[in-house]
Amino acid sequence: MSAQFITPPQIPLPEDKGILLARLLDGLDSHALWWLSGYSAGLAGNQSTLLPSAPEPRSDGIPVTVVYGSQTGNAKRLAEQLAASIEHSGGSARLLRADSYPLRELKSERLLYVVISTQGDGDPPDDARGFLEHLSGKRAPQLPELHFAVLGLGDSSYPQFNAVARRVDARLAELGAQRLFDLGEADLDVETVADPWRKQALERAVESIPANNQRSSVVSLRPVASETRHDRDTPFAAEVLANQRISGRASEKDIRHLELSLEGSGLAYEPGDALGVWPRNSPGLVDQLLDLLELDGNAAVVQGSESHSLRDWLGGRRELTRLGRPFVATHAAMAGHAGLNRLLAPEQSATLIKLLGSHQLIDLLRAWPARWNAEELVGALRPLTPRLYSIASSQKIVGDEAHLTVAHVDYQAFGSRHHGAASGYLAQAGDDAHIPIFVEHNERFRLPADGSRDIIMIGPGTGIAPFRGFVQERAATAASGRNWLLFGNPHFDSDFLYQVEWQEALREGRIDRLDLAFSRDQASKVYVQHRLREHGRELHDWLSNGAHLYVCGDATRMARDVDDALIEIFTTHGNGDREQALEAIEVLRRDGRYARDVY
Amino acid sequence: MSTTTSPVEHIKQASQHLRGSLRESLGDAHTGTIRDDDTALIKFHGSYQQDDRDLREERRQQKLEPAYSFMIRTRTPGGVLSPSQWLALDAIATRYANHSLRITTRQTFQFHGVIKRELKATMQAINASLIDTVAACGDVNRNVLASTNPVESQLHASVHDWAVRLSEHLKPKTRAYYEIWLDEQRIAGGEEEREPLYGDTYLPRKFKVAIAVPPHNDVDVFAHDLGFIAIIEEGELTGFNVSVGGGMGASHGDAETYPLLAQLLGFVTPDQVFAIAEAVLTAQRDFGNRAERKRARLKYTIEDRGLDWFKAEVERRSGFTLPAPRAFAFEHNGDRFGWIEGHDGRWHLTLRIEAGRIADRGDATHLTGLREIARLHRGDFRLTSNQNVIIANVEAADRAVIDALVNAHGLDLHRRAGPLRLRALSCVALPTCGLAMAEAERYLPDLLGKVEALLAKHALVETPIHLRISGCPNGCSRPYLGEIALIGKAPGRYNLMLGADRRGQRLNALYRENIADREILAELDKLFARYAAGRQPDEGFGDFLVRSDVVRPRPGIPVQVIT
Ligand code: SRM
Ligand SMILES: Cc1cc2nc3c(=O)[nH]c(=O)nc-3n(C[C@H](O)[C@H](O)[C@H](O)COP(=O)(O)OP(=O)(O)OC[C@H]3O[C@@H](n4cnc5c(N)ncnc54)[C@H](O)[C@@H]3O)c2cc1C
Ligand SMILES: Cc1cc2nc3c(=O)[nH]c(=O)nc-3n(C[C@H](O)[C@H](O)[C@H](O)COP(=O)(O)O)c2cc1C
Ligand code: SF4
Repeated sequence: MSAQFITPPQIPLPEDKGILLARLLDGLDSHALWWLSGYSAGLAGNQSTLLPSAPEPRSDGIPVTVVYGSQTGNAKRLAEQLAASIEHSGGSARLLRADSYPLRELKSERLLYVVISTQGDGDPPDDARGFLEHLSGKRAPQLPELHFAVLGLGDSSYPQFNAVARRVDARLAELGAQRLFDLGEADLDVETVADPWRKQALERAVESIPANNQRSSVVSLRPVASETRHDRDTPFAAEVLANQRISGRASEKDIRHLELSLEGSGLAYEPGDALGVWPRNSPGLVDQLLDLLELDGNAAVVQGSESHSLRDWLGGRRELTRLGRPFVATHAAMAGHAGLNRLLAPEQSATLIKLLGSHQLIDLLRAWPARWNAEELVGALRPLTPRLYSIASSQKIVGDEAHLTVAHVDYQAFGSRHHGAASGYLAQAGDDAHIPIFVEHNERFRLPADGSRDIIMIGPGTGIAPFRGFVQERAATAASGRNWLLFGNPHFDSDFLYQVEWQEALREGRIDRLDLAFSRDQASKVYVQHRLREHGRELHDWLSNGAHLYVCGDATRMARDVDDALIEIFTTHGNGDREQALEAIEVLRRDGRYARDVY
Repeated sequence: MSTTTSPVEHIKQASQHLRGSLRESLGDAHTGTIRDDDTALIKFHGSYQQDDRDLREERRQQKLEPAYSFMIRTRTPGGVLSPSQWLALDAIATRYANHSLRITTRQTFQFHGVIKRELKATMQAINASLIDTVAACGDVNRNVLASTNPVESQLHASVHDWAVRLSEHLKPKTRAYYEIWLDEQRIAGGEEEREPLYGDTYLPRKFKVAIAVPPHNDVDVFAHDLGFIAIIEEGELTGFNVSVGGGMGASHGDAETYPLLAQLLGFVTPDQVFAIAEAVLTAQRDFGNRAERKRARLKYTIEDRGLDWFKAEVERRSGFTLPAPRAFAFEHNGDRFGWIEGHDGRWHLTLRIEAGRIADRGDATHLTGLREIARLHRGDFRLTSNQNVIIANVEAADRAVIDALVNAHGLDLHRRAGPLRLRALSCVALPTCGLAMAEAERYLPDLLGKVEALLAKHALVETPIHLRISGCPNGCSRPYLGEIALIGKAPGRYNLMLGADRRGQRLNALYRENIADREILAELDKLFARYAAGRQPDEGFGDFLVRSDVVRPRPGIPVQVIT
């Protein structure tokens, strides 16, 4: 459909701009095109002094959106009829099932019809649950520009007659949208109410909409930078918009999807960047330590120029979950424990490293008790450090939000439950909690500047995070290159992170290829590197044709195994020996076509 | 009403005899589902795609697809299976399914919770036990029911034999099933596959056959598209009365759909059984409604065109005219529990399985118990269309061991329960059934307890009353034949229907619409009081309600059909 846009009759642009325009428009969906028209119209409006002959927007220029929520197809049927009749009478209507309606578009919507039934005991149809959640939620945008009308389908033999339609109708008004005409409440004799409603909806849809409405339909691309610059040392307190477990019931892991608001922070990020999070140690853990050491949390402790209560030092300023060698050394000296001292001997370093990796402070203090006073303790402990999390979103899609995919470190050891400082802090962060964050740019993990390049993304476990951002970005920029994603985790049923999003991306061609490795669903373990080997030939072809390769996730085993697999693949398919394979991969690295973000 | 053919018709048409893209669907590792079109086709292979509805909302929030799994239904005509087959199915239930065997109202077993990755392996395991699932679902003839009358073993044998032969005779001929599940190679260039009976689009809708042996109507013969009522004269099976156009299903708020009892067409001799079955089936194939699936059952074809037209059509196709039906009489449509001695001196034990669900729950280790019985049992098992199981053909000497196991595993409900609990039927409904609007199977035990309390209050505990519950108006527990029936309308809400008889010869009628637990019990309380006070000697609850004009069902089939 974009073709007719690319070569308009006599195009008022210099040739080079014309070509740029064609490139820009190529492959955009109708929404993007509508947005662009509004955007440029808006710009034209603003500079109308320089440009007196700003093109008059067509009066039927605003598309009507018809959204339906339907269980057994009645609402769907009616919505289809309405959309068809609007198109038929020259208007333009897009028809969307509620669960495929991109909710972020609501605020740029101008004319919206909702046809929705009520199910259960006043519940929405399954396909409209998300839609209602969003609408009733606190993140629902104000909708001063929106005109709307709602048709409900119900059955008056139910106590909750048309409850859902009523909710939608009331809520839209509450958000400042203007009701075009009254809610229609159809009973089982649907047509009686539906027909007059549709007639009215059609009339109002084809009525022309004043041009100035359109002018104002400009959406700014980037959040406006605010005065204060936020960085590692002056983090921004980001509101938690969502904190949702995304690993299924049966999963051994608690994997969480977080959505944080950057609104007003002036922070901007690119896909591939990470978010720095300043954790707070859990009050419970702090209390346990105070009890164990018989110390008073309220006692003021001075370190250099700073003075805080001991509880504050431990809660927000010192590492309690990560041990370092220096502390263990000091502690061993104080504890005067032979066994522990022996561990510090050079030849024991391997054992010590194991200990550091498996013991948190509390475990050490329990295993090798020692008396500490408040000052010494605060002095010996490491300052708290922020943790990094790959950003799992693209601002071109989510605006002033940053999404994270966090594995909650939560395990039993030495007879008690342990949590990671940051992941535990994030896991329990309720709605409207505020998390101190900053953006950690990562120039070494970037999408190819040339959108026509293919990309291969290897992201098992939480390594999937940045690629959710990559895929969003490639779609938003209509990048023409192919996207190949490889993902792995223990179980298909419970650990297929963002499963429905990937399925949709496949259907809509936003990713071209998805290979999965669920390690524990069969007798023999299968990991991403096995999939790589299986498809070694294609992988090699893609890379030979200029594809970029990305690896994200576990550094200790996965990244190494993947690297070995690559060497093997280049050896077998690169018609050369191992040396040449290594060389080829080195070249990839040097050209920035083999990027890793591993931890 | 649209006149274009329904989407399912196009899917069947394009499926090359039910193959569709099932192979590809099974191979797609990105999802636990199969493609939309294939979900319609896999039914013909005896399986349904479902999802755990308890987890739907939770998984949606987790950005995970619903917890998809597959229900598999066996084809076991007359519900007879051997101990070794029982053991095989039990092993499948524990290895691949949700650790339960579900006896259905059509004398089959259902497995629930089989995931796509293991579907093929499960199908192969079922076939290895010499049981298949061909045409257990879909727009074809379904499992054929037969009275499980154990007493006249001769007679049962021959009736069961008819069920098997009918089931085989009306089975689709396509090899799709064997290719997809059993890796049979398609004969390349072999002569073209044909469906002589069904044609390329099969039937407009499901088609159901049942055989009853008076005086027992355990199969509810009038609830089926095609019924055979065995006529026994001097202990000899001389033939069958044929009934047509029965069906339960309806849809809320759609006056065009309703349950109907079958009507008697006439009498056939045994040698005419296949001919009449084919004639009825092909008449429905050619005249059934292919535009509106909701109106596609034989019952509507006959409603719309009249019984006389249909009789003429059937006689034309079968090539003979049907004499009037012979006299017969049904006593009831329930099972007879406990031990019964057959005429040949063998013994038969009918066990009560609540809602047909055989599982291990606490001390009620029914699955284990029946497994152990199967290990030593030398007779056979029979599933009844009232969701119970008969341990049949037991030597007198073996009774003791079986009794011991029955007691050890809490399989003795038939000795503990009152008549209400013994006779109640429930469909599956939540969490597996995609069409359920309210609970049924999971709610039944609790519901029965509450109703029993009311009965006790009115000194009616010993009165046999038939209660049936379905999670939606499709009526899988044949609820419209219940003296009391609950039809699910929304979570916790039901239509209360009353006034059927106990012979399966009169449908009930709507009494209260869309009410909750408390209101239902309040209504029953009042009605039980009236019944206790005003009933005549052994007058059934349903009969009483009709006599005292509490409900006005359509006139049923005369109690005794004498012609
Ligand atoms: C298991 C069983 C109920 C039970 O508790 O035993 C059952 C279960 C289902 N029935 Fe049924 N029906 C079952 C006997 C019946 C009966 C009773 C009978 O056949 O004697 C009826 C009423 C008689 C009739 O057909 O009119 C029945 C009428 C329906 C209908 C309505 C059909 C109609 O034309 O009105 C549906 C819905 C449909 O077909 O669209 C249905 C559909 C279903 C499905 C497959 C739901 C679906 O289509 O997605 C249910 C699967 C639930 C689950 O999770 O297992 N089932 N279903 C019975 C299996 C029979 C078998 O082994 O083949
Ligand atoms: C560039 C980058 C990107 C990252 N992206 C992500 C991401 O997208 N998602 C994500 O979840 N993480 C990501 N991480 C890791 C993240 O930064 C944290 O390291 C992780 O969340 C753990 O931090 P924590 O504060 O929760 O645990 P900590 O408090 O730092 O560690 C807990 C301590 O407990 C011990 N321990 C931990 N697990 C066990 C166990 N199973 N058994 C015994 N002892 C144990 C160890 O001693 C560990 O030091 C990334 C890291 C980097 C460097
Ligand atoms: C299980 C179920 C529950 C229902 N609950 C309600 C309800 O609470 N309130 C109501 O007004 N209608 C209710 N209805 C009626 C439907 O809204 C009505 O059938 C409508 O036409 C369905 O439209 P749809 O096919 O677009 O989903 C319910 C229907 C079903 C099947
Ligand atoms: S009656 Fe309805 S709810 Fe119950 S099993 Fe049948 S289709 Fe499902």
